[in-house]
Amino acid sequence: MSKQQLPKSWRWAVVAALVVGLVGFWGGIAAAAWQPTKSVEFVVPAGTGGGADIMARFIFPLVEKHKLSPQPLIVVNRSGGAGAEGFMHVKEKKGDPHVITLTLDNLFTTPLATGVPFNWKDLTPVGRLALDWFVLWVNAESPYKTAKEYFDAVKREPSKFKMGGTGTAQEDQIITIQMEQAFGLKFIYVPFKGGGDVAVSLVGKHTDSTVNNPSEAVGHWKAGRLRPLAVVDRERIPLPEWDKIPTMKEATGFDMGYTMLRGIFMPPAVSKEAQEWYVDLFRKVTETPEWKKYLADNALKPAFLAGSDYPKWLEEKETLTKDLMKKGGLVK
Amino acid sequence: MEAVYNLLIGLQTALSPFNLTVLVAGLFVGTFVGVLPGLGGANGVAILIPVTFRLPPTSAVILLAAIYWGALFGGVITSILFNIPGEPWSVATCFDGYPMAKKGKACEALTTAFCSHFFGAMVATLILTFAAPIVAEFTLMFGPPETFAVMMLTFSALVSLGGMSPVKSVVSTLLGFIMAAVGIDIVTGRLRLTFGSTELMGGFSFIVAVIGLFGLGEVFMTVEEGLRLEGVSVRMGVRTVFQTMAQLPRFWRTYIRGALIGCWMGIKPGGATPASFMSYGFAKQFSKNPEEFGTGTIEGVIAPEVAAHAAGVSATLPMITLGIPGSPTMAVILGGLMMWGLQPGPMLFKENPEFVWGLIGSIWVANAIGVVMVLCFVPFFASILRAPFSILMPSIVFVCAIGAYAVNNRMIDIWYMILFGFVGMAFKKLDYPIAPMVLALVLGDMAESAMRQSLVMSQGSPLIFFNRPIAGIVNGLAVLFFFWPLVTVLRDRIRKKLRAPVDA
Repeated sequence: MSKQQLPKSWRWAVVAALVVGLVGFWGGIAAAAWQPTKSVEFVVPAGTGGGADIMARFIFPLVEKHKLSPQPLIVVNRSGGAGAEGFMHVKEKKGDPHVITLTLDNLFTTPLATGVPFNWKDLTPVGRLALDWFVLWVNAESPYKTAKEYFDAVKREPSKFKMGGTGTAQEDQIITIQMEQAFGLKFIYVPFKGGGDVAVSLVGKHTDSTVNNPSEAVGHWKAGRLRPLAVVDRERIPLPEWDKIPTMKEATGFDMGYTMLRGIFMPPAVSKEAQEWYVDLFRKVTETPEWKKYLADNALKPAFLAGSDYPKWLEEKETLTKDLMKKGGLVK
Repeated sequence: MEAVYNLLIGLQTALSPFNLTVLVAGLFVGTFVGVLPGLGGANGVAILIPVTFRLPPTSAVILLAAIYWGALFGGVITSILFNIPGEPWSVATCFDGYPMAKKGKACEALTTAFCSHFFGAMVATLILTFAAPIVAEFTLMFGPPETFAVMMLTFSALVSLGGMSPVKSVVSTLLGFIMAAVGIDIVTGRLRLTFGSTELMGGFSFIVAVIGLFGLGEVFMTVEEGLRLEGVSVRMGVRTVFQTMAQLPRFWRTYIRGALIGCWMGIKPGGATPASFMSYGFAKQFSKNPEEFGTGTIEGVIAPEVAAHAAGVSATLPMITLGIPGSPTMAVILGGLMMWGLQPGPMLFKENPEFVWGLIGSIWVANAIGVVMVLCFVPFFASILRAPFSILMPSIVFVCAIGAYAVNNRMIDIWYMILFGFVGMAFKKLDYPIAPMVLALVLGDMAESAMRQSLVMSQGSPLIFFNRPIAGIVNGLAVLFFFWPLVTVLRDRIRKKLRAPVDA
């Protein structure tokens, strides 16, 4: 008798399997409401090899591997005009659900600096994938051990120290100006084309400091060529090794924070179903183990956000960026 | 000696049956991809990234790298046969490669190009194998002022390329600079010369311009001159291949000069394109018969090819050691590295030696196999020129259009290409040199940002170009070569004058 009965734990397993199956089934039906019928154009408004590009090229095989989409996401670079070309391209694809784009803070800074007729409200927000930290770096051979020491030195000799950064009137320069205004400093800001070049110019001592994102400088830090002085955020980076870097407030007594968006958008006037399908897709992407490892390796802040909270956050971020750019004299 | 040991392990990795299969497959795909201009290595690699996801990381990177090496070989073929440079660094190969093919020497030109390519790649691989850490330090010494100096040296090497009228050369160069300025201005962050058009924000793609100026321009000229291709009388056969190879060692000076320029440029800061132009320019200046350049001389094929491929290989070095991609293809491979959980940058050598040495081993093997493979096909490639004109010409136009479209997936690029085709034809008819414009277009952007970054660093003082040791020396050389033609002219005049009284 007892042999024919399934062990108790097994019965639970059967029930659980049924529940999972049913949920999966319903989930399947819900997802079937809309899904791409041809390959999706994944627009990167930046050149090859940059942060946005690498992330997009990482997502594409990840989606393939976990079979999250019936159609592939084909990465296309439209880097012209500091991303303006890509934004305008997506804006012009009105109502086309087979186009998405991955953008950084140039979503806000590029239209403000270049005056192209574009605002993020022209697009349909899908979700925020992650946030990027900024760290103040100096060459490991420089005598400055803390942000305070470094800023004191800069203060003593204005317009002598060179701050390298990506582009002009973009996040690196915004942060530099924030520092200048908070501490009464004057840097020479030297713009470079990409974050990798910025990091190497500091290793080669052509500049004195940078505010590189962690992923751009991590290799040189591990190799003992760069020294992190402070995280430009209100909390430390909760990752091993990174958590030893003090925040700006701890290092200088002055509270300063800036993180950069990595978010997904669609063209204007797409159907609600299509938007929801992409929200679901990217939620699944951010739940894969490869994604989690990628974030940890590159010290990105896991911060998935979708639904009505996302536009609200974007609105605040835009106001903040505009405000900082105005204060810094980067927009008239 | 540690390097030798590591290399042996790397070769062992690259030569394992599975990796060897992957490598040969990659070479085949790459050569094919390289033949189509514009499709180029970067796209070929990007398309195949998902395939590599099922392979172990080392095999995956060997596959991608093999496609890259294959594409480099393939890019040469269209430059020589049809005057269509598949990649920016093949432009200088067209200068003499295409005239050779026109004279019926396609076989010789292809053989020379492939052998030069192999030699350049091998020298660079030697450096990569034995001197990587030292070279990485050397790379770090190049900041914006040094980069600007190198650009000046490249331009100075080309003074000799201008042709008859200096004014025409200047006009051509300035047109190139104007086109290079379209798009974003990196120092002010504003848009320039875009006139509110979204299409113009991306600027002019160099590849689209050269496909039009060279490939299509040539088609237009041929059509006008009477629908005839002189390559019909092409000599073919394996014997020609061997005869050509036997001639090559005579040009050892060009080989060594080209390989050195290539390695330097590949590592930092210019890349393969300035390397090929610089090598061509200097080969002409130092040649005993410079007037033969441009009419189909073998040296004019060797110089750019050796340098371009030495640079192509050595460009892997900054990627491995510093995490900076030396070319768009390398940028895509870099994305691949991160996908496999590898962190490009200075720690790669220490943390994943088996991967790095596997890659270096594969460069050795891929180039050795690749050169034999393409040499076997030389007679076949050359015989394409025997196809009837009515089939060949439409095919060339078709290939040009695909290439121009593939660069950015934009229709507008095909219109640009046609426009550039007419410009190319007009330039030839009016005897304006195309080379200076092409060079200004490709290097203008880089030279401008390097100059302005330097001036920002020095707060406006131009002394920064001369008071840093490397920048000073290189700039001094550039000035010297810039005025070299003047020096020779003056010298000749003085000699004449000294002799004049005696004659009288």
